Amino acid sequence: MATTTIIDDAAPARTVATLPTGGRSDENRAGWLMAAPFLAFYLLFLIGPAVFGLVMSFFNTTSVRPGLGEAVGLDNYRQIFTDSEFWASMGHTVWFTVLTVPPLVILAFVLAVLAERVARGKALVRFIFFAPFVLPVTSVTMIFGWLYAAEIGLLPNALEALGLPVPDLLGEARWGFISVAALTVWWTIGFNFVLFLAGLQDIPEQVYEAAALDGASPVRTLWSLTLPLLRPTVVLVTMLQILASMQIFNQMYLLTAGGPGTETRPVMQYIYDTGFSDYRAGYSAAATMIYFAVVLIISVLWYLARVRTRKGADA
Amino acid sequence: MTTNPLDYNGRSRVFKIFSAIVLVLFAAVWVVPLLFAGVTSLRPESEIAADPTSWWSENFSLEAYRKVLDSTPMLTWYLNSFIIAALTVVLTVFVTSLIGFALAQTRFRGRGGVFALVLAGLLIPGQILVLPLYQIVQGMGLLNTYWAMVLPAVAAPIAVFIFESFFSGLPRELIDAARVDGTSWFGIYWRICLPLTRPAVAAVAIFTFVTSWNNFLWPLLVLSNVDQMTIPVGMATVASGFGIMYAQVMATAVLGALPLFVVFLLFQRQIVQGVASTGIK
Repeated sequence: MATTTIIDDAAPARTVATLPTGGRSDENRAGWLMAAPFLAFYLLFLIGPAVFGLVMSFFNTTSVRPGLGEAVGLDNYRQIFTDSEFWASMGHTVWFTVLTVPPLVILAFVLAVLAERVARGKALVRFIFFAPFVLPVTSVTMIFGWLYAAEIGLLPNALEALGLPVPDLLGEARWGFISVAALTVWWTIGFNFVLFLAGLQDIPEQVYEAAALDGASPVRTLWSLTLPLLRPTVVLVTMLQILASMQIFNQMYLLTAGGPGTETRPVMQYIYDTGFSDYRAGYSAAATMIYFAVVLIISVLWYLARVRTRKGADA
Repeated sequence: MTTNPLDYNGRSRVFKIFSAIVLVLFAAVWVVPLLFAGVTSLRPESEIAADPTSWWSENFSLEAYRKVLDSTPMLTWYLNSFIIAALTVVLTVFVTSLIGFALAQTRFRGRGGVFALVLAGLLIPGQILVLPLYQIVQGMGLLNTYWAMVLPAVAAPIAVFIFESFFSGLPRELIDAARVDGTSWFGIYWRICLPLTRPAVAAVAIFTFVTSWNNFLWPLLVLSNVDQMTIPVGMATVASGFGIMYAQVMATAVLGALPLFVVFLLFQRQIVQGVASTGIK
């Protein structure tokens, strides 16, 4: 594999000479041979597209003709920075993230703490919250589209029966975000719930016994013991959730199609629209890179936060 | 428990009852959408038109399911989804476990660099690569083939790390002993170590299967032929055609959800453990 030579010797090899002579070069060859198939896929379908996308962002590539097209330098980027449609879609994505992350982290945490404490039915509760997660997005949006449907849907009818005002759940941008966010919470909370549950089960019982001996109340135990001990999981879940919410596309596309107009269009759909409907691949690639930069910054912050929590845990 | 004088972890009676009540309320909210979809799919269209939010019917029937299966290539989509997901699982498990083993148990030169490179891939959200990836797959002439779905999915860095962490847990003495016996490195991986990492295989296999089955944006782009579509994309194309035939829309939703729901029922423990193990690293 030609690809394997790129990174050879890039990092200090750990010397673990456990076998007598001859073992090292054989081990070296075997290691590379076993790594090679994945690296081929990885370079072709992940690193390759990432680099290609970066290159494309400096050209006026279109999706209708093969090849990169004409080099335009930073023109695409310059245009995007002044493109109100792009920034509006970034804003929509951020707003969706703001709407979904708190319930998906806090509610999942609370439900996990409660589920930890009931003796029976834990498996059933876990099943109920996690089952929606395995459903295809199309099924989920079909079901919620029917629940939200104006006049005839279950939710508008329930609100009416309660004497509450009935908003246009899908037709109005303000409510469209909330409707898609509620769907997303229902659909994906099980994943975070299970992560929290696993974290809670790792806390040794003795810690709680000691707290009880000291006369700590349940609330106090939760606040001063469970939460600090679970901090690595909280950080992990929060960041995974932010990254997942930042990629919102499917539910929005199927439920509101970005509408009315483009008032709920997330950035992934903006990229999709400019790249595949307007055929402006180069421009779309530049938008992707800016969006990627934002995601990358969040990821780096995540990494730093994790390093810090790990250090805190060790100290 | 009640005889225990220590009331630790807030496991008092009152707190337990409170927990149970809150959980039941939330669980009810979570069950309603699925139950309502199920009930609606079994009601005759005329009844739905007369009273859309009713939970009951005088004549429950499977009529809507029959109509959906007759008028759409649902069964073909099942088959496509299944073939694609199965191919993806087999290839992904083999390729990622192989490099996972190499990273965990062999000390090849440049290993640190490979490790860092794969780690960097975790930072790249797959969805943002659709545009250049589409052009690459198009360039390879793979559009409208199963391979357009299968091959890119194999480049899954997370699976590499799940395997790496499981293989790292195996004792070095085991490998050394096999080496002394003259077993090849591939033999050690295939015959000795892989059978010991069944939980990791299960986790990666189920994850890959669910992800592949539920993938939406990518198949929407690369599969344009109706007979080649997967379940989520195919369903999206027919949904609008049903208009106000809500029993049929719900029957479609249920049919689309059913296979993975059954898989989940069967492998609940493994799936949940698989999710939990991603949080360990």
